[in-house]
Amino acid sequence: MDWFNAVIQGLLLGGLYALFATGLSIMFGVMRVVNLAHGDLAVVASFLALSMVNATNAPLWVAVVITTPLFAVLGYLTQRILLQRSLRVGPMSTLVVTFGLSIVIQNVLLKIYSADTRTLGGGGFATGSFHLTNDIAIPYLSLATFVLAVVVIVAIQLFLSRTGLGRMLRASSDDPDTATLVGADSRHVYGIATAIAFGTVALAGIMMAMRSSFDPATGPSRLLFAFEAVVIGGLGSLWGTLLGGMVLGLTQSVGAQIDPALTILLGHLVFLAVLAFRPQGLLPGRTA
Amino acid sequence: MSLTDTLTSRAAKAASVRRSTRSTRVGGGVLTLVVLILAVLPFAVFSSVTDSLVNLFILIALASMWNLLAGFAGLVSVGQQAYFGLGAYAVLVFAEQGVQAYLAIILAAITAAVFAVPTSWLAFRLRGDYFAIGTWVIAEVYRLVTTRIDRLGGASGKSLTTLSDIDPVTRGALNYWVALVVAVASVVACYLLLRSRLGLALMAVRDEETAANAVGINVPRAKRWVYLISAAGCGAAGGVLLVTSLSVNPNAVYSVQWSAYMIFIVVIGGIGYIEGPLLGAVIFFALQQALADYGTTYLILLGLCGIAVALFAPRGLWGMIADRTRISLFPVGYNLAAPAGSDEPSTGEDQTR
Repeated sequence: MDWFNAVIQGLLLGGLYALFATGLSIMFGVMRVVNLAHGDLAVVASFLALSMVNATNAPLWVAVVITTPLFAVLGYLTQRILLQRSLRVGPMSTLVVTFGLSIVIQNVLLKIYSADTRTLGGGGFATGSFHLTNDIAIPYLSLATFVLAVVVIVAIQLFLSRTGLGRMLRASSDDPDTATLVGADSRHVYGIATAIAFGTVALAGIMMAMRSSFDPATGPSRLLFAFEAVVIGGLGSLWGTLLGGMVLGLTQSVGAQIDPALTILLGHLVFLAVLAFRPQGLLPGRTA
Repeated sequence: MSLTDTLTSRAAKAASVRRSTRSTRVGGGVLTLVVLILAVLPFAVFSSVTDSLVNLFILIALASMWNLLAGFAGLVSVGQQAYFGLGAYAVLVFAEQGVQAYLAIILAAITAAVFAVPTSWLAFRLRGDYFAIGTWVIAEVYRLVTTRIDRLGGASGKSLTTLSDIDPVTRGALNYWVALVVAVASVVACYLLLRSRLGLALMAVRDEETAANAVGINVPRAKRWVYLISAAGCGAAGGVLLVTSLSVNPNAVYSVQWSAYMIFIVVIGGIGYIEGPLLGAVIFFALQQALADYGTTYLILLGLCGIAVALFAPRGLWGMIADRTRISLFPVGYNLAAPAGSDEPSTGEDQTR
C-alpha cells in the first residue's frame, strides 16, 4: 500500500510541477527564451506572500489575489524593457540576461530576508487531508494544486484558441515577421506571453511555499524541475508539460520511497533518459 | 612553378598577410614581463597577497575555458562545474593512492577529459539554451552521485592530508606557482589551439556553420574536441582549488556559482577574445576585493553589469577596446597589411577577432 500511496502522491505533486513549468513552457514556445530566473521568481512570490501575511495578518488567498496580477504586470514590463532588447541582440544575450536576473534576485533576497529557511503557513487547508481508504490520505493542498494546474492549462488553451489575442500569440510564435505584417504587434504579444508566464509562476511559488520550506537559494533547483517537466513532456505543448510534471513527480515520489536520498537524483536520471532515447519528449506538440 | 605557387607569390608581393601587429609585439612583451613579475612575487610580498591571487588564477583558467567553449565553439554551458568538481576529487583520489598532489593535477585534467567523452554524447543532443540547462542537470547528477560515494566523504566532503608534511610557507608558495602555471597554461593553450587548424575550423563554424560544413569541416568533431579540452582545463582548475584549500565539499565545488562566475567574467570582459576572460577576471577580482565587507553585494553588481553588457555591448569591454584601438594581444585571425613593408594594418579586411 505504501507504493500505491507513493504513486498517488507523486502524480498529485506532478500537478504542482506542471503549474510551475507552464510559464517556462509558454516563454519557450512563444519567444524561444529559456528563462533562467524562473525558479527565483517563484521564490520571490513565496517571500512576497510571506511578508504580506506577516505584516497584515490577512488570509493567504488575499496574498494570492494581489501577487498574481502584480507578477503579470511585472512580466509584461520585464519583457518590454529587458527581454525584447536582448532578443534583438541574440540568443546568448537572453541567456545571460535571465541568468543575471537570477543572480541579482537571489542575492537581493539574501540581503532582505537572510539565508534562513522559511515556511508559509496555510492553516488547516495546507496540512489537512481526507482518507480515500484507511491507508491512503489525500492532502487537500495537493489535490487543490493539481486541480488548479489543470484549470490554468485549460484556461490558457482556451485563451490561445478562442480569443483574437491568443490567435495573434500563436501566429507570432510561428512566424513573428508574417504576424507583424498582418497586424500583430509582436512586442505587445510577447509581453502578454511573459505576463501569463509570470502570473503562473507567482501562483506556483505560493503553492510551493505552503508545501515545502524555501530560502533565497532555492530557485535554481526549482528551475531544473520545471525544465525537466517541460522537456520530458515535449516542447511547446502545455498538456505535455502536465504529463511531464506528473512523470517527474511520480519518479521523485517513488524514488523517495526507495531511499529519500534518491528523490532528486532519480528525477534527473529519468530526464536524461528521455533526452537520450526520446529527445522530442513524450507528447510533442506545438501549441503556444 | 605551378599556377597556385605563381598566384600565391604574386599575392604575397601585393600585400602582406600577418597575424601580429606592432601592438601585439609590445603587448606580448608586457604580458611576458607581468608573468615574470608574478612568478617572483612569493619572494617579495606577504603570503596574504599571493593566497588571494590564487583565486584570481583559478578564475582566469575557468573563464578562459568557458570562453573557448562558448565564444569559439558556440557551446554555452552552465555545467562546467561538473569538471571543476571532478578535478578536485580526482586529485584527492590520486593523492590517496600515493601520487604527489601537485603532479596529480595533470592526472585530474586527463580524468576530466575522459569523463567528458560519454557526457558529450548526451549533452550534444541538445542545442542552444537547452544545451545550457542540460549540462547544468548533468553537473547536478555528478554532484548527487558524488555525495552517495562514502569513500569520497559523502555529502560532507573530505580533506587532503598528503600535503601536511610540507611547511606552510613553502606550501603557500608552491600553491601560488601551481595556480599561476595552470592559469598561464590555459591562456596559452587557448591561443595555440585557436591558431591551429582546429581553431580555424572553429572560427569558420562560429561564423557560418552551414558553409563550414560544406567546405569539409567535421563540425561535431571540432566541437567535441573543444568540449574535452575545456573539461580538462576546468579539471586542472578544480585540482588547484583542492591543493590550496586542502578540503573539498561537493555542494561547494559542484555549485552552479562557478558557472555564474565564468559566464559573467567572460561576458563582461569580452566573449570571443582571448583577452576578454583576462580582463573580466581582473575586474571581477577587484570588485570582489573592494566590496569584501559588504557580503554578496559584489554578486548583485556582477549580475547587473552582466545584464548591461549583454544588452548594450554584446562584445564586452575588450570588444570596445579592440574596436577603438585595434590592439590585439593574442591575434588568432589575420591582418592584411597594404603593400609589403608598411607596418600599418589596412582598415579593410581585418580578422583579428
